[in-house]
Amino acid sequence: MAFTFKKRSVLPGFGLTMGYTILYMSLVVMIPLSALVAKTMTVSWSQFWETVTDPRVVASYKITFGASAIAALVNGFFGLIVAWTLVRYSFPGKKIVDAMVDLPFALPTAVSGIALAALYAPSGWLGRWLDPLGIKGAYSPLGVTLALTFIGLPFVVRTLQPALEDLDAEVEDAAASLGATRLQTFWRVILPTVFPALLTGTTLAFARALGEYGSVVFIAGNVQYSTEITSLLIISKLEQYDYTGATSIAVVMLVSSFLLLLLINILQRWSGRRHSGA
Amino acid sequence: MSNPTPTIPAAAATAASSSGGAPGRTAGPASRHARRDPWWVRATLITITLLFLGLFLALPLASVMAEALRKGVGAYFASFNDSAALSAIYLTLISAALSVPTNLVFGVAAAWAIAKFEFTGKSLLISLIDLPFAISPVISGLIFVLLFGLQGWMGPWLREHDIKIIFAVPGIVLATVFVTFPFVARELIPLMQEQGTDEEQAALVLGANGWQTFWHVTLPNIRWALLYGVILCNARAMGEFGAVSVVSGHIRGRTNTLPLHVEILYNEYNFVAAFATASLLAGLAILTLVAKSAVEWQVARRRKASAAENAAEH
Repeated sequence: MAFTFKKRSVLPGFGLTMGYTILYMSLVVMIPLSALVAKTMTVSWSQFWETVTDPRVVASYKITFGASAIAALVNGFFGLIVAWTLVRYSFPGKKIVDAMVDLPFALPTAVSGIALAALYAPSGWLGRWLDPLGIKGAYSPLGVTLALTFIGLPFVVRTLQPALEDLDAEVEDAAASLGATRLQTFWRVILPTVFPALLTGTTLAFARALGEYGSVVFIAGNVQYSTEITSLLIISKLEQYDYTGATSIAVVMLVSSFLLLLLINILQRWSGRRHSGA
Repeated sequence: MSNPTPTIPAAAATAASSSGGAPGRTAGPASRHARRDPWWVRATLITITLLFLGLFLALPLASVMAEALRKGVGAYFASFNDSAALSAIYLTLISAALSVPTNLVFGVAAAWAIAKFEFTGKSLLISLIDLPFAISPVISGLIFVLLFGLQGWMGPWLREHDIKIIFAVPGIVLATVFVTFPFVARELIPLMQEQGTDEEQAALVLGANGWQTFWHVTLPNIRWALLYGVILCNARAMGEFGAVSVVSGHIRGRTNTLPLHVEILYNEYNFVAAFATASLLAGLAILTLVAKSAVEWQVARRRKASAAENAAEH
């Protein structure tokens, strides 16, 4: 921070704003969350274990984590190309394309869900080309992956863009003047510098995909043991008033996403150090 | 999403001074040449970018409009002439009208406390504010069911007093407030931390009271970030699906927001109406992107202007 400041400030309003912040946060976030913690406490270990290792639940982890991982990797690859293009090249309509990248953030997930389902259904614009090839777009694990790719797309691009903009031009010049080809410069100089940002963006996309619900349920078809994602299982447990089962599965997902959050924080610290060191 | 790192101007300054050692500015074009990719690389990467974004962004958006208009303009508009659709629009507006202002007031208060004062546990508080972002929509809905549902913590008490929260409007509003909780605060906190307290201190020394200082000094400085946060908060409030779906109970004409109405219509194979309703939300998303870009553009322009001003002073 640019300047240090004393604990005693001349500015007024600390008590009021801090008090309100704590009160509002407790009412809106902490008390509801503590209901989840309290509910978890009432679940016995054997009950918990039985629920979260049920074959149908395990199958849902496989499709959720698997499709999220593949979608994150696809986004990592194409996100790097998109970010590079948007930072380095100019072409007509670039500003619009750049603004469009945030569409998955802005579009309600239910809308993305039905749009993707319509697109990849056997009669859809893309499905009708895939169907003769024997590829099932909608109502298959591929459909789940496509939806998760859609919602994870902005994370990689938006994390990489500032990192690419901050690249030190002199380093690239130095590499070129020492006789490196563009490809060598990219692999040896540029990629290692932006790698932490790439990894952060990919992990963010993965974390978001794990908990996604709206954009997936329409295209997935929700077949047990195949395309039923974990979020949907939580909802179906709730619909049967099985609060204990829903809570147990929710805890598994929450712990996974907190571990990912921890990883993201470590990655960001790493990339921050890289940046200031450059 | 801007990273206010004070190291960047410093790095730029050293880069400028070191390149100033080279004769004149000849380094400019030469270095640009070294960083320029061959034309076929540029063409390929731009093509891949446009194809990928076209396939994943433009095509879904276009398909919403195409499906909505499949049976003509008449059928499109007929979809809105329905009491269930109108009540969904109304409920969506209500829940946004309640959640955006409450989270706006919270965001300003939290940012004032966090950015203008030093206290222990600050980074913990910031992490806690971000917490709802880390929790998936379905789990965000679940926690309110555990709290207020029939078999929940307060379920028996609520039933005794004949208060309905889950499967009713209050639950929808609460879930919406929860998922949109961090939006304004997280835009304001980094900006206000970057701005420091110099201007506020000056105002106070000149005799302004706390409110005057906030209204005339702080608010003008943060208004664009505030607007940005409100735009994002509103988009999420109107579009939230997972969390609201869990607490809503899907009672047609009573507890359906627009996204839930889309789901019901779609599951009833009423595709034209489903996509017509979805097109409203898609329009909202496009409006959000335009407003967001306009604010970003405005901020960049002002930043450039103030940088030029600073350069002129020196």
